This record gives sequence, structure tokens and C-alpha cells, in this order.
Amino acid sequence: MTTAVNQAMVEKYKGNFLKEVTDNVEEGNWVKMCMQCGVCSGSCPLGPHWDHPPQELFMMIRANKREEVLSSTSMWMCTSCYNCVARCPRGLPITHIMHGLAHYGKRMGMKPKNQPTEKFGQMFWDNLIKKGRVNELKLGLGLYFKDGFAEGVKVSMGKQKLGMNMMKAKRMSPMEILGGHGVSDLSGFHAMLKKAEELEAARVGANTDAK
Amino acid sequence: MKIGGYLCTGCGIGDRLDTKSLESVAVREGRIGFCKTHDFLCSQAGVDMIKADMAAEGDDKVTKAVIMACSRRAKTESFNFGAVPTARVNLREGVIWIRPEGSEHDETTQEMAADYIRMGCAEVKAMQQADASGEQGKNNHIMVVGGGITGMTAALEASKAGYYASIIEKSDRLGGVMGQLKQRQPEHSPFQNPQDTGVAALIAAVEADDKITVYLNSTIAKTAGAPGRFEVDIASTVGAGTHAEFGAIVQATGFTPYDANNLPEFSYGKSPNVVTQLELEALARAAGDGPIKRADGKVVENVVFVQCAGQRSTKEGHLSYCSGHCCATSIKQAMYFKDSNPDIETTVLFDDIRTPGVGGENFYRSAQDKFVTFRKGKVSTVDVKGNELQVNFKDLILDEDAQMGADLVVLATGMLPNSGTDIDTMKDKDANGEVKVSVESILNLNYRQGPDMPQLVNGFTDSHFICFPYETRRTGIYSAGPVRRPMDAAQAQTDAMGAVMKAIQAIENSAIGRAAHPRSGDLSFPSFRKEGCTQCKRCTVECPFGAIDEDEKGYPKYNEARCRRCGTCMGACPVQVISFKNYSIETVGAQLKAVDVPDEFQEKPRILVLACENDAYPALDMAAMKRNESSAFIRVIPVRCLGSTNTIWIKDALGSGYDGVVMMGCKKGADYQCHFVKGSEMAHVRMAKIGDTLSTMNLEADRVAVHEVAITDIDRAPKLLDEMVEVINRVGLSPFKF
Repeated sequence: MTTAVNQAMVEKYKGNFLKEVTDNVEEGNWVKMCMQCGVCSGSCPLGPHWDHPPQELFMMIRANKREEVLSSTSMWMCTSCYNCVARCPRGLPITHIMHGLAHYGKRMGMKPKNQPTEKFGQMFWDNLIKKGRVNELKLGLGLYFKDGFAEGVKVSMGKQKLGMNMMKAKRMSPMEILGGHGVSDLSGFHAMLKKAEELEAARVGANTDAK
Repeated sequence: MKIGGYLCTGCGIGDRLDTKSLESVAVREGRIGFCKTHDFLCSQAGVDMIKADMAAEGDDKVTKAVIMACSRRAKTESFNFGAVPTARVNLREGVIWIRPEGSEHDETTQEMAADYIRMGCAEVKAMQQADASGEQGKNNHIMVVGGGITGMTAALEASKAGYYASIIEKSDRLGGVMGQLKQRQPEHSPFQNPQDTGVAALIAAVEADDKITVYLNSTIAKTAGAPGRFEVDIASTVGAGTHAEFGAIVQATGFTPYDANNLPEFSYGKSPNVVTQLELEALARAAGDGPIKRADGKVVENVVFVQCAGQRSTKEGHLSYCSGHCCATSIKQAMYFKDSNPDIETTVLFDDIRTPGVGGENFYRSAQDKFVTFRKGKVSTVDVKGNELQVNFKDLILDEDAQMGADLVVLATGMLPNSGTDIDTMKDKDANGEVKVSVESILNLNYRQGPDMPQLVNGFTDSHFICFPYETRRTGIYSAGPVRRPMDAAQAQTDAMGAVMKAIQAIENSAIGRAAHPRSGDLSFPSFRKEGCTQCKRCTVECPFGAIDEDEKGYPKYNEARCRRCGTCMGACPVQVISFKNYSIETVGAQLKAVDVPDEFQEKPRILVLACENDAYPALDMAAMKRNESSAFIRVIPVRCLGSTNTIWIKDALGSGYDGVVMMGCKKGADYQCHFVKGSEMAHVRMAKIGDTLSTMNLEADRVAVHEVAITDIDRAPKLLDEMVEVINRVGLSPFKF
């Protein structure tokens, strides 16, 4: 599935993916400065589980592998430990670039299917913007049931003891299921989000204009 | 005329040793004039006492001294008495620091100290005051071979220092390779953009300098002489030749670009659009401020740089080494394109980007910032597709084969040193006795060992890159720039400055007959007893520095100013006729004979240790500083270089009852650490043949050991001595004790 904006981007950059990343991905202007030493890949605690560690992603960007990069699950695996950022001899904000790439891939409609991080991220966002505060009970249950009802019941039963303990310690209220608490100025919060979305659309729109 | 002995009792020497008895050993057994003790000999008072004795008049004047104190490597300033022959008896590092305390050890420790004193006294008696030969005067003129930026920089630096220079340039213009470039890498912060080569300014400065003479269209027909008195015939292709005299020589003959015709896989020669870096410079210069065009006139829109083309490769005909400048050169050339039009695709296919030197990394970053694409890939082939090229390579990060199209492909080929004839291959004659030399000589030295400088590796004329950069194996001749090792322009210019400073050092030292290096200030030089010489030519062959020629009658002819004073000739001489005034067969021979060898019933073996004074001896000293315990039966004699070890010493030692001999020299071979290049190697070769001597004496081969010891082998060096003690314990004492 590709979006209209994706088509526009392909049209605009005509195979120069490095330039596209530089212009559009958060901290993407750093990608060209990678010197391919591989310290990031070696430092990543989850590295062995990535299809393409950061060093490879950066090289794929230079090799114009747009489709492969943007639909990759790799950058979604980043846990923001910042090991790579701390160690990069060239000072690249690699963690931020990973999140930037994930976000950009999602915006281009190329997010990977059934990627748990991506699913949870969306769930978190949807949960958050309803009331301006995260409803942990709903978020937790939503996560348990993400793979279907039967699986959800199984996971929930398994976590029963944890839930009871949290309630006893007043760390979780069962009443949250009814809607839960929110920010005091909810309409103002929603107005802020709307404005931010407008600004973002304008920025991306500016970049997708024909040359 | 008197030999003065001075025994220091400081640093614990007086506490650990019976100094009264040592004094009498020095006077009665060492037979020197007197022996004074001082409780702090290296203090001003102690040194003044010695100097007063040396300044005395008449019979009381001390003309030779034996300092019985610490190692010769310690307190060198205090105990420097100029030309007065001085022996240093190492009682501190050599005895008390390596021997354990306790009454059970006192006897052997005392014997050790007494032996060293006997040795010192014997040595100083065999020494004579070294004086310069006065072989040559001073010549302030430096010959610079090559008129590229290295040569021009060298000439200008010489002039700035007040010396004269002559540039000998084969072509009809100054500037060399650098003069063919559009721009060079940046030399100054922020190191972001290419800059002017500066060649025009250098040429103007050289031409304006009245201390510099330029010989264009000229080569060297003959070089004779030695530092301080080089006689050179300069040949000219356009006019009559000239004869000139020089004090020192800087060879800055630069490099020849690798012949890209050896790279058919990259379609070089098949397509005019595959060029070398130097050819791209020509295209860039032709373009001026406009866009760079290919040979067919098309404006280049997509250029690919192939790094390490025919170099860092094990393939036949390729260069095995990295030429050092090509990564930064490609970065610079990519900028030629990017700076004129940022939309031009520039891709550098590299294996490792290497940008040595100050600012190299900044320059690399600047190119990345300008969107020069760097891909780690190994190019296999370049295919010609009509007017276009296709570069096939393996992406080394993504581990896959890849292709990319290009208008123009630039090959980063390497550099070959212009070092003239390889004098080592000249020795290999073919079946008809013909010597095949395909390369013309540059210096045309009339030295016995060949017309050019010896090459270290891959044809480069480097000598010892760690200890003595700029040095070559021909004293007074220094190589600078890419003829010494692969390098870029900035390094070549620094190199030129270094080489000129060395040349000046050689001029000044040879004028007063001193060694410039590594034995700086040494006034001694080898001489030989003509009556004894058998004209075997071994000294002339083995001299690592080509210092010895042959005269008309076939006798060795020494050139003091070319000599480094290592003594390799002295070690080589089968009839022991070569000697230095203060270092000879006798000075060492007398020492080893002065040792008191106890009879076999006392069960006290004696082990002779001949240690290189540059590495092995300080390693033993440092082991002593760590109070590393050693056997009381070793007797160490430092030698200038293990190469100066004459087999007669070994025979004498074994014949007079020593139980073992340990020789310690520096690392030999291609990555040698010998200060004198071949000395250690020669010693190993000679000692490999000592087995025959041992078997005729009916002695076990284990009794002689030769080791390579580095200055860092502080823990290992004493262990090697322990090993010999174990060997003696195993094979038993020598039957030659009397």
C-alpha cells in the first residue's frame, strides 16, 4: 500500500534516496556523514535480531534501496538505549535517525505488517490523545488482546497475580476502565494536536511540491 | 701519563662491596696509576676531582680514566671527559642491583665486581684517544636531485638555513607531478576545500633565491667522494656538462604513476572515459572554471572513483602497498565536480578510506557534507556500454554484487618510487654473467656497492623508519618525498625539511670528522694494518653503508665521512687487522682475558655476554633497575653493534675457560631494528658457522647462543642468561680451565 504522498516523493527525488532522507527524515541530514565503521551495529544490544543494523541501513540509503529501507522492520527494533549514539565516532544521533526512518516509512504507508513495536506505538498514541493522559489499564489490556480474544484471555489470566498486587498497592485502579482521568483542558489539548498536524502537513506538503 | 681509577661508593656500592679490596684489585691487578674513592662520584665535587687530575701537569696528568660506578648508560653528562679514553665499570646495574643480599652471596658478588674492575682497567689500556682524520673540509653546498615540490622545498629550506643548494632536474621545467595538478588538498584549517597547489609560488621563490642554482634538462653522470666532499658530474641534454662539489645530497626524485595499462579489467585503454587520477587533473585543468568534460566533449554528470586500483592487492603485477595519497586525492577530485555543480553524481568506491595527516579527516567529512557518496565496495570490472560505462562491484557492507552506471571512471592507481637501480638485484647475474638492469641509475655513485641507494622494500629507499626517518644507508645522502615511502604533498614537504636538516648535520659533522648518527659525535673511525690484510674484501662487502671502497691495489679504502662507526668491518675481518682507536679487537679481547676464571673444582662457571650497547645492554640495565636477580657468573661486555663481534673473541673466550657465550643483538631481517641495518644479521650469519670451531674444540654447540633482543625485552633478556646458566649446569663446566 502506498500513499499519494509516497508517489509524490518518488516523483520528486527520482532515485536519490539519500537526498530524500536528508530532506524529510528527522535528523536524516546526518546519514551522509556515516563513515561505515560499524561501531553502531556492534554496539546494538538487539543488533543480531535486526534484519539490517544501522550501518547497513545507512549504506542501503546510499544504494537507493528506498523500498527495502522504508518497509524494513529493523528501525522499529530500536529500544532507544542510545549505546550507538554514545559510541558513534562521527557523532550521528543514530537512535533519532532510526525513529525518524520508522516514522517516515509509516507516513509513506510502507510500515511493516504485524510489527509489534509499530502496533504498540499506534495503540499508545490512540490511547494518549483521547484524554491527554495515558490510560494504563486500557493500554495494558489492549496490548494483551492485540493478537485476538482467546490469546488475550490467556495472557490476562497469566498476569492475574500482578494485576491484583498492583490494585492492592493502589498502583492501578479498576475504575479506569470506565473512561479514566484526563487533562483539565481537553479541548485545548486537542486543538494543539490539530495545529501540530496542520504544521506537519504543510512541511511535508512543501517538500512534495514539484520542483 | 697516568691511568686514574675512580671508585664510587654511593648508591649502595660501598655498603654492598668491600671497596678496600676492590681498590687494591684495580691498582695491583689492573695495574693502573691509582684508585681514588668518592662517596658521590657523579656530584660536582666528584667530577671536579677527576677533571683536576686530568688537568694536572707532568707525570701526574691523568690521560685515561676508569670510572667504577654505574652503567655507561647512566650519568653520561657527568662522566663525559671529551676525547680522554674512559672505561666505565658497571658496579651498580651490573653487580649490586642484580645480586641478592646475604652473606652466602657476598663472595661471588665481590668476585663479580673485581672482575669488572679488571676488565675496565684492561679495556682502557687498549684504548687510544680518538682523533678526527681531517679527511675533508666543509662544503656548504647541498645537491638536491629532483625539482618537484619536495626538491624545491628542500632547496628553499637549505637556503633559509644559510646553505647553498643546487637542484638537478631531468625535465625542462620545475614543478614535478604537483605542477600537473589543478589544486591540492587543503593545508590549513578548516580543511574543507581544495586549495592552490602553490607550485608557481615555489618556482618563483626558487628562481629569486641567489643561493639556489637550478640545472634543468640535467642528470647525474657520476657521484664520487663522501659527505663533505662529493664530486659530481652533471650531464645536460641541451648543453655541456658541469662538474660540481657538494657537501651532502638530498634525493627527491619522487614517483612514477603506476601504469594503468596493467588494469585491463577496468577497461583502461579500451575506453577514453576510464582515466587515472593524474589524467583527470589534466581534464580538470583544461576545463578551467567551466564544467569538466570527457574526451568526447560530453559534460560529466556521473563520475565514479575506483580506489585502490591495482594496489593493496596480491595479484601479479599489482602493487602490494597503499600509496597513501589516493583517497584524499579522489576526495579532492570529487569536489572539483561537486563544487562546480552539486547535482553531478560523484561516488567513491572504497575499501578503506585512509586520509592521513592533519586535516585529512576534516577533508573527508567535508566531502560527505557536499554529498559525495562513499560506498564501501570492491570493484571487479568496468564494462564499456556504448558511450557509457558500467562499474561492477561487490558492496562490502550489504555483501552483494552491485552495478552502477557512469560517464567517467577515475582509477586511483599507486605510486612507484624513482629510486634508480636496485643494487641488490644487480648482484644476481644471469647464466651468461650478464647483469640485467632495466632502470637507469639516478645518482651513479662510484661506490663499490652499487650506483644507487639500497632499497628497503618495494623499491623505496627508506632506511629505519622508526629510529631514523630520512636516513638512508648511504651517509650524507638523504631521500625525501615519495621516493622514500608513499606519501602526499604535505608529507613530502615536511620530509624535505627533515632531509635538509639531516644534510646540514652531515655537512657540519663531516667537516670536523665526527659521526653524524647514530653514534653522534664519535671521532673514532676504522683503520687497518696493511701488512696483515689479505685483500679478502669481506669488509667492503659487509659494510652496511658502502663506506669502504677498494684502492687500485685491492686494499680497502675507508671513507671516514661515510662511516657510521658500527664496527661491522672489524667483526668481519678474518685476520683482525681492522680497529678503531677506542674500540678494537684488543679492547674487547683484553676485557675477556682479564676475567679471573676459577679452576673447575671451585664450580664457578664463567659466561661471557656480548650485548649490543643500543638495545640489549640497556634492556639488561633496566632489568637491573627492577632488581631482577641474575647469576653471579655472567660477565657482560657491551659492543657497538653485534655486527662488530669478531669470531676471535668467541674462540679466545672458549679457549681460556669460559663455559658459555651469549650474544645479544637486535632484530634482523626485513623489519630489522638494528641501528646499523645489517650488523645483527651479519653477526647471526657468522655465528651460524661457529659450530665448526666448537666441534674442533670438542665443545657442545649449546655453549654459544645468539639472540635477538629488543630494548623492551626487560624481562626476557635476563631469562636468556638464566637459560645459559641452565645449559652449563646440564653440559658441565668447560674442560679448558687451567
